Amino acid sequence: MMLSRVAERVYWAARYLERIESTARLVSSYESLLLDLHSDVKLSWYNLIIITDQQEAFNERYSNRSERNIIKFLIGDSDNSSSLINSLQCVRENVRTTRDVVPEEAWEQICELTIYARDNLEQGVNRRSRYQYLDDIIKGCAQINGLLLSNMPKDASWEFLSIGRNLEVADMTARFLEAGLEAVLILEDDNAAVNSQQTIWGSVLRSLNASQYYLRTTKAPVKGDEVMPYLLHDTVFPKSIHHCVVSVIRSCESLPNSEAVVKRLKTLERKLVKKIDFQNVSNELLEYVHQLQVSILGIHSVVSDTWFIAE
Amino acid sequence: MSIGWDEYQPNDFYDELISSPGNARKPAQKLLSYLKSLDSTDISSRKLAAESAIKDMGISFTVYTDEGNIDRAWPFDIIPRVIDKKQWDKTDAGLKQRLQALNMFIDDLYNDQKIIKDGIVPEYILKQSTNYRKECEGMSPPFGVWANICGTDLVRDKDGEFYVLEDNLRVPSGVSYMLENRSLMKRVFPEVFEKVNIAPVSDYTSKLFETLASLSPRKIKKPVVAVLTPGIFNSAYFEHAFLAQKMGAELVEGSDLVVESDDCVYMKTIAGLERVDVIYRRIDDMFIDPEVFHKDSVLGVAGLMRAWRAGNVSLANAPGAGVADDKVVYAFVPQIIKYYLGQDPIISNVETFLCYDDKQRQHVLANLDKLVVKPANESGGYGILIGPHSTKKEQDKFAELIKANPRNYVAQPTLALSTSPTFIGKDNTPEPRHLDLRPFVLQGKDSYVTTGGLTRVAMEKGSLMVNSSQGGGSKDTWIVDVKGGSK
Repeated sequence: MMLSRVAERVYWAARYLERIESTARLVSSYESLLLDLHSDVKLSWYNLIIITDQQEAFNERYSNRSERNIIKFLIGDSDNSSSLINSLQCVRENVRTTRDVVPEEAWEQICELTIYARDNLEQGVNRRSRYQYLDDIIKGCAQINGLLLSNMPKDASWEFLSIGRNLEVADMTARFLEAGLEAVLILEDDNAAVNSQQTIWGSVLRSLNASQYYLRTTKAPVKGDEVMPYLLHDTVFPKSIHHCVVSVIRSCESLPNSEAVVKRLKTLERKLVKKIDFQNVSNELLEYVHQLQVSILGIHSVVSDTWFIAE
Repeated sequence: MSIGWDEYQPNDFYDELISSPGNARKPAQKLLSYLKSLDSTDISSRKLAAESAIKDMGISFTVYTDEGNIDRAWPFDIIPRVIDKKQWDKTDAGLKQRLQALNMFIDDLYNDQKIIKDGIVPEYILKQSTNYRKECEGMSPPFGVWANICGTDLVRDKDGEFYVLEDNLRVPSGVSYMLENRSLMKRVFPEVFEKVNIAPVSDYTSKLFETLASLSPRKIKKPVVAVLTPGIFNSAYFEHAFLAQKMGAELVEGSDLVVESDDCVYMKTIAGLERVDVIYRRIDDMFIDPEVFHKDSVLGVAGLMRAWRAGNVSLANAPGAGVADDKVVYAFVPQIIKYYLGQDPIISNVETFLCYDDKQRQHVLANLDKLVVKPANESGGYGILIGPHSTKKEQDKFAELIKANPRNYVAQPTLALSTSPTFIGKDNTPEPRHLDLRPFVLQGKDSYVTTGGLTRVAMEKGSLMVNSSQGGGSKDTWIVDVKGGSK
C-alpha cells in the first residue's frame, strides 16, 4: 500500500538527487573539455545553460555570460529552481514529507549534504576549489543512493524511486547527446576537427561517468558513431537510454494499473531499436535525439496521470 | 579553564540539580561530579557536537514571523534535568488519575451532564465554552475516552512539589523533541549513561501505536492507522513526520483522504482507495471537516465527522475533547476527580482565581501586578499577562479585557518556578534558568505516562517563558533510580 502523494514525492526526490549528481558531473567535465579543446573552437560556458534548457531563466538574471555567472547560476543561485542548491533543497523537502518510507539515515545524510553544499558554495564558484567541491557533492549523492539501495525494501516506494531516477538519467543522457551533436555540427571541416570531435565525445562520456565502460564494451576509440549507439542502445549500461527505458518498464509492470504507462514505454522502446545511420552527423540525427528527449518527457506525464494525485 | 560550579547560586528557587552551593541532589550526584570533571573547552566541544547533531538530524521547528516562516534548529541545553524515580512514580499515578477523570467528565458533558445537574460544575462553563461542540452530543468514543493523548504541563514550586499548570487535550505537541533530546544526549554524553541508572523513554511511540490501534472500529489484526497533518508549513510538522515514521503509520494530509458515500474514510493510494480505521489528527477541531466546521478549510476532509459519528473511523483526540482544555475547567479538576473517582487528587492544581466570580474578579483586578492572567482557551503562551514583569499600561489593557469577558480569564499567583543549571554564554558558566515539564499521557484501553517528559527552559535570565516560539530551549529529562544502585 502506498499513498499517491508519497509516491509522487519519492519519485521527485529521486529525480532531484540524480539531477544534482549530473549537474555536478556536467560542470566538472565541461571544465576539462574547455581546457582540452583547441582555442579556435568556439565553445563557451553558456553551452551548459543551453544543455540544461535554461536560457530564458539565465538571461533574465544575468546579462554577462561569464564563467562565474554561469557557474553561480547552475550551482548556487537560489532563484534558479534547478540549481544544485535548490535541487538539494527539493530532495530535502520531498524526503522530509516522506520520512515514513525513506530510511532514517538517508534523511540525516541529505541534511548533511545540503548544509555542506550551502556552507561551501564559494568553493564551488571559485575555479581552484571547484573540482573538490563538486567531487564532494557527487560522493554525497553516491552515499545516499547506496544507502537507499542497501536499505529500502524493494516495494512500490523503491519502484517509484527507480522510475524517477531512470527517467532523469534518460533525460540527461539525451540532453548530453544533443549537446555533443550540436558541438560537433558547428566544427569547421578541417584537420583539427577529428581531434575536436574526439574531445567532445570524450567529454560527453565523462559527464555521464561512462568512459571506462564504453572502452571496455566497444573496444573502440572514442568516436561519434560508437559513442552515440552505446549511450542510446546498450542494454546493460545504467545511463544508456535503452537501459533506463527497460528499467522503467520493469518497475511499472510491478505496480498496479500500469497498462497505459507500459504501452507508452514500449512504443518508446521500439523507437530506440530503429536502425539509424550514425556515420553521418546530420541535423536529422540531431532531430532524432531531440524527439527521443521529448518522448521521455511525455512518459513523466503518463506516470503522473496514472499514480499521482491530481491537485 | 575549569567551571565555577561552586559559585552556582539557585537563590530562593527550588533547583532541580543543586541543593546548596557545590552540592548536588542525590539523583544528580553522579551527573554533577562528572560535569565538574569537564573544563570549559570540553563543554564547548560537547555543545558544538550537539549543535551539529541537531542540524544533521534535521531537528527543527517552525517559527511564524511577519517575514514568513522560518525553520529553526531546535534549541537544546546539554545539562539534563534530573528527577528522582520515587517522586516520579507518584507523579505518574497522579497524571493517569487526572486524565481518567477528565475523560469521564468530557463523556458526561456530551451525554447526561450529571456533574452539572449535581451542581459540582457550574453550567456557565458549558454555555460559554469555545471548545464545546454540539456536533459531538450523544457520542461516546471507544472506552468512553475522548482525549487519548494529553500533554500536561507541570511546574515545580519552591516546596519542590509538582503542580499541574495546564492540561493540553487538543493537539499537544513536543513528544518528538523529548525523544530526540534523549538520542542527542546519548550521542554527546555516552559516558554518563554508563554511570547512572536512567530510565529509557523510547517506548512512547509503540505505546502510542497500541493506544491508537486499540480504537479501531474494525476488529482486524492490522488496523490502518494514519497521522493527519496540516502539512509542511505547520510548526509541528517535524513531529508529525517523526511520529508516523516511528509508529510505521501513514503520514497523510487532508487531500490524501476522502469520505465515500458509505461514510467510511479512505486513503488515495497508487492502487486506488484503501480504508482508514484510526486517524491521529494533528489538526484543530475547527479545521477537520469543512462540511461541519470552517467551510473554507482545505486542511481537513469533507465528511470526516459523518464517518466518525457513524462509528466507521476513530479520531484521536476525539472532536470536542478540547472542552476540558479550558482554564476555567482546570480550576474545577480537583472536584471533578473527587466526583467521578471518589479520590483526592494526587497532584495539586496551582491556586486559580476565576474572573467570572465577582469576588474573585475583584481580587484579580486589585492584584494585576502580582498575578499571572491567562485567557481560558489559548495555548503556546499567547495572550498572557505576567503581572510582576508587566507595565501599568499592559495591566490596564488586561483589566479592560477581563471586565469585557470575565468568563474568558483566570489568574494565578506568580509561581517560583524551579530552576536548573544551564550553560550560558561563551565561557559556559552554569546559571539558574526556570523550567517546566510536559509529560505525555495516553489513555485508550490502558493508560501510560512517558518516563519524564519534555523539559522546556526559559533561556533569558529571570524569564518564565519556556515556549520555543518565545525563545525557550529544552533539556533532556532523566528519571533516575537512586536505590537501583550503580551500573
